[in-house]
Amino acid sequence: MKKFKLLFCILLSLTIFNTLKSAEQIDPIKVDWSFKGLLGKFDRASLQRGYQVYNEVCASCHSMQYLSYRNLGEPGGPEFSEEEVKAIAAGFEVTDGPDAQGEMFTRPGRPSDKFVSPYPNVNAAAAANGGAYPPDMSVLVKARKGGANYIYSVLVGYEDPPPGVTLDEGVYYNKYMIGNKIKMPNNLSDGLVEYADGTEATVDQMAKDVTTFLSWAAEPELESRHKTGVKVILYLVLLSILVFLSMKKIWSRVNPEI
Amino acid sequence: MSEQEYVPKSKAGKWFNDRLPLLSLASHLTDYPTPKNLNYWWTFGGILTFCLLTQIITGIVLAMHYVAHADLAFASVEHIMRDVNYGWLIRYIHSNGASMFFLAVYIHIFRSLFYGSYKSPREIIWILGLMIYLLMMAAAFMGYVLPWGQMSFWGATVITNLFSAIPLIGDSITTWLWGAYSVDNPTLTRFFSLHYLIPFLILGLVVLHIWALHVPGNNNPVGIDIKKPSKDTVPFHPYITIKDAFALLLFMIIFAGFVFFAPNVLGHSDNYIQANPMVTPAHIVPEWYLLPFYAILRSVPDKLGGVILMFGAIFILFVLPWLDTSKVRSAVFRPIYRQFFWILVIDVLVLGYVGAMPAEGIYLVLARVGTIYYFLHFIVILPVVGYLEKTEPVPLSISDPVLSGSADYSMAKKDNEKI
Repeated sequence: MKKFKLLFCILLSLTIFNTLKSAEQIDPIKVDWSFKGLLGKFDRASLQRGYQVYNEVCASCHSMQYLSYRNLGEPGGPEFSEEEVKAIAAGFEVTDGPDAQGEMFTRPGRPSDKFVSPYPNVNAAAAANGGAYPPDMSVLVKARKGGANYIYSVLVGYEDPPPGVTLDEGVYYNKYMIGNKIKMPNNLSDGLVEYADGTEATVDQMAKDVTTFLSWAAEPELESRHKTGVKVILYLVLLSILVFLSMKKIWSRVNPEI
Repeated sequence: MSEQEYVPKSKAGKWFNDRLPLLSLASHLTDYPTPKNLNYWWTFGGILTFCLLTQIITGIVLAMHYVAHADLAFASVEHIMRDVNYGWLIRYIHSNGASMFFLAVYIHIFRSLFYGSYKSPREIIWILGLMIYLLMMAAAFMGYVLPWGQMSFWGATVITNLFSAIPLIGDSITTWLWGAYSVDNPTLTRFFSLHYLIPFLILGLVVLHIWALHVPGNNNPVGIDIKKPSKDTVPFHPYITIKDAFALLLFMIIFAGFVFFAPNVLGHSDNYIQANPMVTPAHIVPEWYLLPFYAILRSVPDKLGGVILMFGAIFILFVLPWLDTSKVRSAVFRPIYRQFFWILVIDVLVLGYVGAMPAEGIYLVLARVGTIYYFLHFIVILPVVGYLEKTEPVPLSISDPVLSGSADYSMAKKDNEKI
């Protein structure tokens, strides 16, 4: 009977997980990300390369409005040096104001500024992209079923449409996209960016790097979350052992042959 | 519950206690005689209290940083996640805490169903518990709306639209609930206000729930009344407190596992997309703990019928103590009911599963069969089994369940030994 009950607990949890995994497109490619698992961490160099890809390729259409430039230098992220972060921020024109005369003005960005968006608003972004709003990338990895695997798969999933599938102007075929139709063209091609660290910029490499960067952007707390989690669970396990032993001792006072 | 009148030792204590008997209350709570054969399924009351307090404390902190406005809510949640010190931790505890709360409450409810804890003389405890459960669902639903993601918005739209099924006045009620002509900023602000209020109503009901419990005392795995308090019971402190603490720690390990290593696995990814009234998600699904009711709702082709059945599925539980005709409380001694209990568990799990699936084909068939069975269980099976079932011999007392030949004596004993 006890086993039966246990079985049900397991069944219950499995049911919960399965209901949340109902799929309707082909499964994304499984990548062995360094940030998966209990002690997963981001690959620092990959994050820095990923920022480069984002900045040079994605950022012309996709905003990242919830990130600040200072985040790029914080622990657990790309960890650019303070000077690098200042230089990155200064490369952007930020609209500020109003000044004492009531005028808006532009100035070079500071680390405390939010990432500058490519378009003034969602409608402008959609209008410039054939009616499809390029989604903000701050939490994109968390906002898609399949997370990092899905984003990576879409980036490398462009194909010629199978026979019988006709595509409208400005629509592309992608194996992993829901519905297989995507308005974003295949922007990655081998050698598109020149990595400072000499890594060869293949499509696969760039897709992995930028996905790593986006995963960090969506969960900048991931490393400290994992580290704290291990400590918390170790503490709880030790405490429960102590409490268990105390419980045994206390209950031994009660007549054992009930 | 026979206990001696408590008299504080110190003079000041006595002076205070004569005016406000808080010390008597504390003494009652620590000495409260508890059946000594309670198993680990009885630890979920304490776990639920922990869950409620965790939600209240993390919720108060979150409310300090959250902005209840349709244009700002989503961004304020990201602000909490990124800029508030340990904001991610507080928010993940709160969001996963809701799931853990429901996990615990479902175990607590099914424990009551198995051991007949809802039966005389504990009907009021049961009804208060159901009121808490109803308020929990309301609080959880409104809380899920607050981040103002896609599932927040569309979940709110679906649920509030249910009220439009009421004949004649339905549409007016829905507009009144929204405070607008669709789910919009006024809906968000009132949901935030109510979401902050409800936990304190729950806290009040929890006090009544425990008060009502302390009148007849705890039920127990063998489901019989306490015969000899000195032999059958132990004082609540330290025996039950330490056992509850141990169970709570195990529960917290699972809780921490979700918070630190899979904080979003129980949520829907669409809720990280800001609410957009112009784009409907492919599937609108509620959080997992509401799925069985969602399945019942969608199993009926008629909207009003679906709403009635969905609420009926909860309200039928209110009359459960009078639907169950068996004189024996614990399923340990009810061989037939025991089978039906597990079938009900499976039925609810199946309903939860199909609730997450599109309402078509085999899923719709399963939902209908599951719904019919759910009501059948309470309306037909329970009363009939109570009359016809030949129950097994019940022990004479908790401390001496000596009835040779009883097949389940070994089990009752095992339950005791587990302590």
